[in-house]
Amino acid sequence: MMEQADKFGRFGVYGGAFVPETLKPALEELDSAFRRFIDDEDFQREYEDLLRDYAGRPSRLYYAQRLTEYLGGARIYLKREDLNHTGSHKINNVLGQVLMAKRMGKKRVIAETGAGQHGVATATACAFFDIPCEVYMGAEDVERQYLNVLRMQLLGAKVIAVSSGTQTLKDAINEAMRDWVANVQETFYCFGTAAGPHPYPSIVRHFQSIVGREAREQILEIEGRLPDAVLACVGGGSNAIGIFSGFLKDTSVRLIGVEAGGDGVETGRHAASLNAGTVGVLHGAVSYLLQDENGQVLGTHSISAGLDYPSVGPQLSYLKDMGRAEFVAATDKETLEAFRMLARTEGILPALESAHAVAHAVKMAKRMTKDNLLIVNLSGRGDKDVHTLAGEVG
Amino acid sequence: MSTRHGTERIEHTFQQLKAEGRTAFIPYITAGDPDLNTTAELVLALEASGASIIELGVPFSDPVADGPVIQEAACRALAGGVTLMKVLKMVEELRNRSQVPIVLMTYYNLLMRMGLKRFAQEALVAGVDGVIIADLPVEEGDELRSYLDEVGIALIPLVAPTTPPERIQLIAEKARGFIYCVSLLGVTGDRTELPPDVDLLLNRVRKQTDLPLGLGFGISTPAHAASVAPKADGVIVGSAIVKRIAQHHDNKDQAIAEVRQFTKEITAALA
Repeated sequence: MMEQADKFGRFGVYGGAFVPETLKPALEELDSAFRRFIDDEDFQREYEDLLRDYAGRPSRLYYAQRLTEYLGGARIYLKREDLNHTGSHKINNVLGQVLMAKRMGKKRVIAETGAGQHGVATATACAFFDIPCEVYMGAEDVERQYLNVLRMQLLGAKVIAVSSGTQTLKDAINEAMRDWVANVQETFYCFGTAAGPHPYPSIVRHFQSIVGREAREQILEIEGRLPDAVLACVGGGSNAIGIFSGFLKDTSVRLIGVEAGGDGVETGRHAASLNAGTVGVLHGAVSYLLQDENGQVLGTHSISAGLDYPSVGPQLSYLKDMGRAEFVAATDKETLEAFRMLARTEGILPALESAHAVAHAVKMAKRMTKDNLLIVNLSGRGDKDVHTLAGEVG
Repeated sequence: MSTRHGTERIEHTFQQLKAEGRTAFIPYITAGDPDLNTTAELVLALEASGASIIELGVPFSDPVADGPVIQEAACRALAGGVTLMKVLKMVEELRNRSQVPIVLMTYYNLLMRMGLKRFAQEALVAGVDGVIIADLPVEEGDELRSYLDEVGIALIPLVAPTTPPERIQLIAEKARGFIYCVSLLGVTGDRTELPPDVDLLLNRVRKQTDLPLGLGFGISTPAHAASVAPKADGVIVGSAIVKRIAQHHDNKDQAIAEVRQFTKEITAALA
C-alpha cells in the first residue's frame, strides 16, 4: 500500500494535477519549496514552536466517560482538536502553509472556506505573520456561518462572497483558483483540505498528521493498546487523513470516515462522494466525485457547510479502494441527535462537521463492549453553528 | 472538397493562410448557448464571414479557467440540457454543410466520464479536428493524446506566460495542430488592454517549435487583433463574441448578424 504519493502526486489512480497551465509552474514551485522545508530544521523548529505556543498543542485525548456510560458500550475517546487556537484542526495546516508563504516571500495569501474554520485559521495566521489575506466563501455559507465571517473580518481578512454555481465550498474553490491564475506570481494559495491538485493533498496531510501521531501515542499511554477504530468526519478529508495517517500501518485499527448523509444517501440530497460517487476530476485531482452521467458535478446538501463538497481527497479514495479505510454516512438528523447527546452528556458543543463522526461512533459503541476502544476526531467546536441550531433548542 | 480531417485539416488551414500571408481568426463560442441549432448556424456564419477555425466550448459545471462571460454562457447551455454527446452529434450533422476545422474546448472530467477511448472514437465519427482541455497540463495528457493520435485528432496544448522554457520544450514536443498561447495571467474574458509582453511569450514559444501559434485570452477588439496579428499565426477571440450572443439571446437572427459583423471587423483587422 502507498503511504506517500508518487512524483506525479498519484495515490494509485487518484490524485495528479489537472490545472490550467498557468498554475502548473506555481504548483511545482510549491512542491519543491515544501520538500525543502520539511527537511529544514529551522523551518521545523519554528513550525513546532508555533503549534505548541500559539496553537496550544498537543491537543488532549479525552476519555468521554459520561457519553460512554450513557451508551453503555465501547469506551469513547475524543481527540480534542476543538480546543486548538481558532477552534479546529485547521490551524495545524494553516500555520505550516502560511509559514511557507512567508519564507517563499509571497506578498498575499488567498484561501477558500466552507464552514469558515479554514478561513478563520488562515485569517489568524495572516494577522500573525502580517500578510494580506483574502478568503473566498460561498454566499450560502456566508449566510449560515456568519459568526466566522465576522471573525475573519475582525482579524483583518477580506471575505469575498461567491455567488456563482451552488454558492458553497466547491464554488469558493473555483473562484480562489481563478484569483490564483490571475495573481499567481505574488500570491500563495493556502488550501484548506487534503484535496485539490498535487502537492496540496500531500502538504495538508503532512501538516495534519500531527493529529494521528499524538492520538496514537496518547492512547498507548492511557490504555496501553491501540483502539479498535478511529473515526473522523469527511468533507475534503483533512481531519480524517490527519488522524488516519498515524494508524495506517496498524492494520488491526479500523479507519472509518463519516460523510455527510444529508437527508439520506438514498435521497440524492447529501454530500457523500465516497459512498455514492464515481471517479472523476474536480479541482485538479482524480478522486471520487458526485457527478451526473455526463460528467457535470452535482449539487450537494449537508447541514454542515464544511462537509458540503462533491469530491474528496485522493488519498482517501485510494484507501477506500485498498480496503484500508471504510466510509459511511451520517444523516443531518443523526448528526443533530449526536450533537445534542454530546452537549448534554459531556458539556461539549462539537462543530456540526465533527458531530457526524460522533453520530457514527454512537451507533458503533452501542454494539460493542467496554473492552472496545473508539477514538473520534473532534475536529472543531460548535460555536459557529449556534445560529443554525437555534431552532433545535428545547 | 477536401477529404482531410483532424490534425491534418488544421495544419493544412494554417499552411494555406501562411501562403496567403494571413493570420487565422479563431473564434470561440459556447456550444448550446442559446441552443445547439443556433450554435450550428453561428458556426456557418463565422465561417462565411472569415473565421478559419472554430473553437466550440463544451460547457462544464465548474470552469475554473473561465471568467464570468463564459461561465454564464456555460450555465445557460447546461440549463438547456447540453451534453458532450449532443455537441458531438451537432458537429456530425454540421459536417454535411461545412468543412471548417472544428476544435472542442472543454474540461477533462467530461472526457473522462465518457471514457477517453470512446471520446476519441465519437469525435472521429463526428468530424472534430482538435481538442483543447483547459485543465490538462502536458504531464497528465499522455493517455488522451495516444487515443487521439490513433484517430488523427489534435490534442492542442496551452502555454502560459508562467511556463518556463524547459516546459515549453516539453509541451512543444507533444503538441499537435497548433499551440494555444495564453496572452495573460488570468481567466478568459475581455480586457481593455492587452499586456505589453505578449511578444515575449510568442518569441519564447517560437524558438521551440515550427507549429503554428494561436494567441488567446483577453483579445476583444479589432485593434487588439491587429496589434498581435504580425506575431501570431492565429488570433483567438472568445468572450467578446459570447457576450454579443448573450446580449441578443432572445433574438437569434440579431445575435447571428452581430457575430457576423464583428467577425468581418476582426478579419479585416487581421488582413
